[in-house]
Amino acid sequence: MNKTKEKNVPMIKGRSYWADSLRQLRKHKLAMYSLSIIVVYILVVMFIYLASWTKTDVSFLDWNQTVGKGYEKPNKQNVLGTDFLGRSVLRKTIYGARVSLTVAFWASIISMLIGVPLGAAAGYFRGFIDDIVVWIYTTLSSIPYILLILAFALVLRDKTLNLNWLGLDAISLSGISTVYLAIGLTSWVDICRLIRAETMKHKQREYILAALSYGCSNSRIIFRHLLPNVFHLIIISFSLRFVGFIQAEVILSFLGLGEKNSPSWGSMIDAARLDLPKGYWWEMTAATAAIFLISLALNIFGDALRDSLDPKLKVQ
Amino acid sequence: MITYIIRRLLYTIPIIFGVLVVTFILFNIVSGDVSDQIAGKAASAETIKEIRAEYGWDKPLFLSWDSQFINHLKNSLTFQFGRSWSDRELIITKIKQGALPSLSLTVPMFIGELVISISLALIVAFLRGTIIDILSVFICVVLMSVPFLSFILFGQYFLAFKWGLFPVYFWPDLPLPQYVALPILIGIVAGLGGNLRFYRTVMLDELRNDYVRTAFAKGLGTGSVLFRHVLKNAMIPIITQVILAIPFLFLGSLLLERFFGIPGLGYLMIDAIAARDFQIINAMTFIGAILFVVFNLITDICYSIVDPRVSFE
Repeated sequence: MNKTKEKNVPMIKGRSYWADSLRQLRKHKLAMYSLSIIVVYILVVMFIYLASWTKTDVSFLDWNQTVGKGYEKPNKQNVLGTDFLGRSVLRKTIYGARVSLTVAFWASIISMLIGVPLGAAAGYFRGFIDDIVVWIYTTLSSIPYILLILAFALVLRDKTLNLNWLGLDAISLSGISTVYLAIGLTSWVDICRLIRAETMKHKQREYILAALSYGCSNSRIIFRHLLPNVFHLIIISFSLRFVGFIQAEVILSFLGLGEKNSPSWGSMIDAARLDLPKGYWWEMTAATAAIFLISLALNIFGDALRDSLDPKLKVQ
Repeated sequence: MITYIIRRLLYTIPIIFGVLVVTFILFNIVSGDVSDQIAGKAASAETIKEIRAEYGWDKPLFLSWDSQFINHLKNSLTFQFGRSWSDRELIITKIKQGALPSLSLTVPMFIGELVISISLALIVAFLRGTIIDILSVFICVVLMSVPFLSFILFGQYFLAFKWGLFPVYFWPDLPLPQYVALPILIGIVAGLGGNLRFYRTVMLDELRNDYVRTAFAKGLGTGSVLFRHVLKNAMIPIITQVILAIPFLFLGSLLLERFFGIPGLGYLMIDAIAARDFQIINAMTFIGAILFVVFNLITDICYSIVDPRVSFE
């Protein structure tokens, strides 16, 4: 009885903010192509990790294998040629995605875990907490970024982190973890500033007042009411910053502060630096193309995402 | 006005203190005593002791008038960073020597970049919505996606090595302008994408204003509207960008100096990284931060002079 009655009521389906944005994004063809490129990169990296966890031997991931003579030009057998030890450049390029994407992923997570809670707390509580947070990020942002990141990478290299006080084992930092820790610890400032400003704006709104009058606790207001309303800013900010992380990893690897035991695009460019004058251009070109493709896709997709989620926002 | 400047000056004190705390945490606590690394594997216990005494690593960290922390504050604020371990030269002298070559690279690069990207941005913003605009925004994104290292390597390979248009590497006998020409060109091209896009956004915001329509309505030519009316009003974000970029000019360009062998501060830093000469990085970090704070102060004071609406409260 009840069921039939419900059927007769005409349903007006409203679209949520997210559904609306996604619809708009789906219409943007270039952004969708970019997304598929990003997904391919991510799948490759996930496949590399899966293969190494399950210890399966996949021939095209065995980058250390000698497949021909040294410095072979691109040919039918080795599509992108070989490096000075006769290893396949194609395999190295594919494997190099692992370092870049892992670094960018963890750097994003670390800077989000620091920046978002600090920014939200500073904007919500104001007063003393705000002063401290603003002091910390003004200090960090007064140090030129490249120097800060270099200093962090330099002192964190080959260090052992003592995490016994957290109930964890000691973590020894090497290569890749140094890089993402250095990038993550230095790049939370922008997201913190953004979240703080936005929280201050939202705090004036009625829905926060309503939540307060219901007797919600501060943490509930911040995590259940405020953060979901500023969440799109976090997504936009990171989709655009991902490129910066990838490029920072290249520079750090090139300076010898990055991963040494497995190939990365930065170390490939570093190796190719001395080969280029001798006319061995393929390793350099392969690494450049790999970085270029993912950066371009991320740039285009990030812009489209920003336009669909928040058309008024200006992130340079 | 004067009280504003004084208050603004006082405000920099906690920030400079914060920078000193950060460098102390990084280079004295996290990194700590690296005397065995500096001395090398075959060093005697005496050498290591000497090094520790020179850099003060044998002293307590805090809680003493002669502690590492107090000495760190004292040395940094008086710009006495000690001697570099690799060649025993005073670090501050090395930095002074490196500043000029760095500036001769970065200043022309910066000015060229600014003039080119602002003029292009004006034109592109004026042609907004046309195929030229869409195409140039796309080219900007493409330029932004190429890694900086590839710009340098391919530029050096083709323009200098293969076609011989520029000298490949720095040689002290010949005049500097010849050597900085190619790095400047590469730097401008590499930075063009991001800058053009930024200034295009600034200009677009300005072009939407009513006074632009008025200026066109009273019959002014395009050039006159763009360069005399719009550019003037778009100056404030541009000036902010320019003044805040100046401290970075002093730091030189890490990668460009490295590849073209220009003996500037970027080169100094890369050498220091390779030699684990942490004190040089420490000094550069502190000087960079001081410059940034000072120029930030100048921007704020300029604002308050230029724009009377900025309150002194």
